[in-house]
Amino acid sequence: MRVGKSTFLHLCLAFSLSLILILILLTLVSAQEVDSLRSSTDSAYTIPDSGLVLVAPVTSLIAEDYKYDDGEQLKLSWVPSIDDQLVDSKVLGYRLFRSIDGGTPEILAKLPPGTNSFLDRTVQRERKYQYYLETFSENFVVQSIVTAAISPEREWLNLDRGWLFIIALFISIAIIFFVEKAKRGHKLYVRKIAGLEAIDEAVGRATEMGRPVLFIPGINDMDDVQTLAALTILGRVSRTIADYDSQIFMPVSRSLVMTAARETIKTSYMAAGRPDAYSDDMVNYVTDEQFGYVAAVDGLMVRERPATVFLLGAFFAESLILAETGNSVGAIQIAGTARPAQLPFFIAACDFTLIGEELFAASAYLSGEPRQLGSLKGQDVGKGLAMSVIILGVLAVTIATAWDVEIMHNVHNWLLGVFSSN
Amino acid sequence: MPNIGVSISLLVIFGGLAWLLIRSISGREVDRRIIFVFIFVAVAAPLLFPITFQEKATSIVRDLFDRIEELPEGSHVLISFDFDPAMAPEVQPMANAISRHCLDKGHRVIFMSLWATGQSLMTTTLTNVILPEFPEKVDGRDYVNIGFKAGNEGVLNVIVSDFKKMFPTNVNGVPLDSMEIFEGIESCADLDFIVALGGGRPGPKEWVLFVGDPADVPIGVGVAAVVAPQLYPYYPQQVIGILGGIKGAAEYESELTHRRERFADMETPGLHMMGPQTLAHLVIMSFIIIGNIAFFRKKRSGSDSR
Amino acid sequence: MKRLVPLTITFIVGFVLIFSVFLPPAEGLDQTFTLYFDIIAVFAFFLGGGNLMRVHINKLRRQKKDWGFSVVTIAGFLFMLAAGLFKIGNPGDIATAVDTQGSLFKTVFDYVINPLQSTMYSLLAFFVASASYRAFRAKNREATLLLIAAFVILLGRTPFGMMVTGWIPDSFSIFQIPNLAIWIMNSPNLAGQRAIIIGIGLGVISMSLRLILGVERSYLGDDNA
Repeated sequence: MRVGKSTFLHLCLAFSLSLILILILLTLVSAQEVDSLRSSTDSAYTIPDSGLVLVAPVTSLIAEDYKYDDGEQLKLSWVPSIDDQLVDSKVLGYRLFRSIDGGTPEILAKLPPGTNSFLDRTVQRERKYQYYLETFSENFVVQSIVTAAISPEREWLNLDRGWLFIIALFISIAIIFFVEKAKRGHKLYVRKIAGLEAIDEAVGRATEMGRPVLFIPGINDMDDVQTLAALTILGRVSRTIADYDSQIFMPVSRSLVMTAARETIKTSYMAAGRPDAYSDDMVNYVTDEQFGYVAAVDGLMVRERPATVFLLGAFFAESLILAETGNSVGAIQIAGTARPAQLPFFIAACDFTLIGEELFAASAYLSGEPRQLGSLKGQDVGKGLAMSVIILGVLAVTIATAWDVEIMHNVHNWLLGVFSSN
Repeated sequence: MPNIGVSISLLVIFGGLAWLLIRSISGREVDRRIIFVFIFVAVAAPLLFPITFQEKATSIVRDLFDRIEELPEGSHVLISFDFDPAMAPEVQPMANAISRHCLDKGHRVIFMSLWATGQSLMTTTLTNVILPEFPEKVDGRDYVNIGFKAGNEGVLNVIVSDFKKMFPTNVNGVPLDSMEIFEGIESCADLDFIVALGGGRPGPKEWVLFVGDPADVPIGVGVAAVVAPQLYPYYPQQVIGILGGIKGAAEYESELTHRRERFADMETPGLHMMGPQTLAHLVIMSFIIIGNIAFFRKKRSGSDSR
Repeated sequence: MKRLVPLTITFIVGFVLIFSVFLPPAEGLDQTFTLYFDIIAVFAFFLGGGNLMRVHINKLRRQKKDWGFSVVTIAGFLFMLAAGLFKIGNPGDIATAVDTQGSLFKTVFDYVINPLQSTMYSLLAFFVASASYRAFRAKNREATLLLIAAFVILLGRTPFGMMVTGWIPDSFSIFQIPNLAIWIMNSPNLAGQRAIIIGIGLGVISMSLRLILGVERSYLGDDNA
C-alpha cells in the first residue's frame, strides 16, 4: 500500500499536536501535585528583598526502590544546590519532606549542607511515598520538584550476591560429594600433621611424669568457630586422658565455654567407662578480662608445672606470654590458631603448631572417620578453585597491562566484578 | 644530666652485650633471665633519661592523616576505642592525636567502643585532651560520647543500617535524636570517615568486614604493632591508612606537630616512646646474633668431637 | 535424644543463617540470632561469677594450697562488683555512666586495673626477646631467610633504619631499610598471609558444614561420630 505525501504530513502534524497536548496535560497534573504538596513555605517564591540570601534548589531529585531488601527502604538522591559550597556556603541545610499516600507532607529529616542522598528506612510496602527537599539559607527557603509516588518493593533473592552464592554452593557441593564418596568406602589420602600425631605421645608423657595436662581453648566465646574447633579436639584429647588415667586442667575465660567444655569432657569420661573420675573442677571460669586470664593461667602453669600444654583456639596478644611460660616450665606444647598474627609466636615458642586450617581439620584427622576426612578433600576443591582464579587474574592483569589485550581487560574486569560483590 | 644518664645506660647495655658475645664464642648459651634484665634496662633507661628521635611519616600513615585533613569541615567522623589498658600505651597516643586533629579541623566526632574497657579509656581522652584543649567545642554538637555496647560484631551488624537501634542514647542517657551532631546520621553509611582503634576482636578488621565494605564508608585504622601485619591485606583499598604500634603513633604525632601549627608544642608520648622501642630492638638483634654465634660454635665443636 | 536436640537446632539455625545471606526477607535474622546469643551470654556471666566464687570459697574453706590468693580474688571480685553496682562515689545520678570521672569504679580502673593489665602486656617485650633468641637460628636456608627478614623489620621499625641507609639515593629508595621493611610486610608477608587466610576460610566452611550436617559431633562429647 502506498501512502501519499500529504497523508504522511497530516499524520506527522497530528502526532506532533497530540504530543504537545499530552505534555501540557502532564505539566498541569504535576503542577497540581506540587501545589497539593506545597507547605507553608510558599513565601519562598515571593520576589525577594535585597537583604535575602537567595539560594537555588536541589535538582535531579530521584526516589527509587532500594535494591535487594525486604521492601523496607527507599533511596533518595539529588544534586545539591549550586549555592551549597565548601567555603562560604549560603546553604545552611536541607529539610526533607515526605507525604504518605498523597497526604499532607511532613518533615522527615533535617540534613546538613553537602548531603546528596538519603535512605528512608521508615517505609512500608503497601504505602506510596512522595518526597521533596527544601533548601534553606539564613532567611530564604526554596523547594525542589516533588518525586513521583513510589512504593518500596521486596526482592526475594539478593542478586548482588549471586556469585557468592554460586561459589559457596560449588564448595559446599564438593565437600558433601567427597563426604558421600568417603562413606561408600573410597580411600582418601590425608597428609601427616605432626602436631596431631604427637597428641597421644604428649598425653602419655604427662601420665608417665605424673603431671597434669593443661588445655587452653583460646579466649573467645562459643560464637567463634575456632573455639568450637578447640572443643572438638578437646573431645578426643579428654578421651585419651580418661583412657590413660591422666589429669586435665582447663581454666577458661568465657562462661559458656566452661559449660560446653564440661559437657565434652564428661561425655568423654563416660565413653571411656570412667564417669567416676570426672569432676566439674577440671574446668573452671577465671575472668573475661584478657590479661587477668593470662595472669591466672601463667600462675597455674608455674605452680602446677603441667607436662603438656594445649593452646588451641582464638588467641591474641597473650599467645606468646602463655607459650613462653609453658616453655619455661618444660612442658611439651601443641598450639593451633586461625589468627595469622599469632602464628609466628606459637611457631617460635611451641613444639608443634597447627597452622590455620589444620586447626579445623584436626578433629576429622584425629577421628580417622571417612566421612570427616571426605570434608577435607572437598576443601581441597575450594583451594583448587582459589588457585585457578588467582593464576587467571594474575595472567589477565599482566597480559592486559603489557600488551593491552582487550579480552584480558574484559577478563580482569569480570573477575573484579565477581569478587567485589559482598 | 640526662646525657650522662643516657651514656651510662648505653655503656651498661652494650658493655654487657659485648661480654655475652665473647662468652658465646665458647658456645655458651644465655639464660633467659639475663635477657630479661637487658630488656628491662633497655626499656627503662630511655624512659628515665629520654632519648628522642625525629620521625618522618611513611606513606601508610600519611594517607590516613591526609584523609582527615582533606575532609570538609563539619564531616562526621566516628572514632571507636576498641582496646583495653594493656594496648593503651600503644593505641591511646593515636587516639589522642587523631581526636585532636579531627576537632581542630572542625569535624564532628562520635566516640564509641565495642570493648567494655574502652569506655574508660575514651573518658580519659575526653577528660585529658578534649575538655582542656577544646573548651569551645560543645558536647552533643561537635562531639559525643555514646559509650560501650556489648555484642561485638553484632553491634556493627546493627549500626551499619541503624545507629539508634543500638545506641538510643549517649553515655549519660541523653537521646541521640535530640542532638545536633546526629542530624542526618541514621546509620554508619551516613558517616564520612571511621577510625577504628584497637587490636583484638572485635577490632579494626571487624569494622572493615561488617561496616566499611557493606556500607562503603572509608576506614582508617590504628592498631597494636603485633596486629598490624593482619591489616596490610586491606590497605589501600579497604583501609585508607594504618597506624601500626607506637611507631605509627609517633609518625602521626610528628605529622601533626609539623603540619598543624597549633600542635607544635603538644605532648608527644608516641615520639617519646620510640627511644625505648629503638633500644629494645637493638638489644633483641644483639641477642639474635649472640644466639647464632653460640649455635654455630656448639655445632662446630659437636662435629669436631665426632 | 540428648544428642538429637542440639544437632537439630544446629542444623536448622545453620541453614537458616546461611540462606539469610542471600534472601533479603530473611536478612535481619543474623542480627536477631546475634542478639539471642548476647542475651544468653549475659546470663552466663552469673554462671561464671558463681563458679568463680564457688571454686575459691571451697579452696578457702578447705584451706587448700595457696588459699591466700583465693582471699584476694574474692575480695577483689566483691569490691569491684559493689563499686560498679552501687556507683560508689559517682558524682552524677543513677543514670550517669558507671565510669564517670571521680567514681570509685573509674579510680580503681585507672590506678589498679589499668597498670596491672599494662604490666601483663609488657611481659611481651621480655618474652619476644627470649623467644627470638631461641627461635632465630640460621639452622638451614629457610631459617636464614627468616632471620634476615627479622633483622630488616626490627631495624625498619626504628629511626636507626633510616640513619643507617639514608644515604642510598632516592632512585634506589626501596633498599632503604624502612622501605625494605614495608616491602617485606606488603609483598612476601602479605602473600603468605593471604594464602593462610584463604585456607582458614575454606577450613571454616568445611568445619561449619560438618557441624551443621551433624558429621562432627565430638564437641558434644560424642566419640562415635
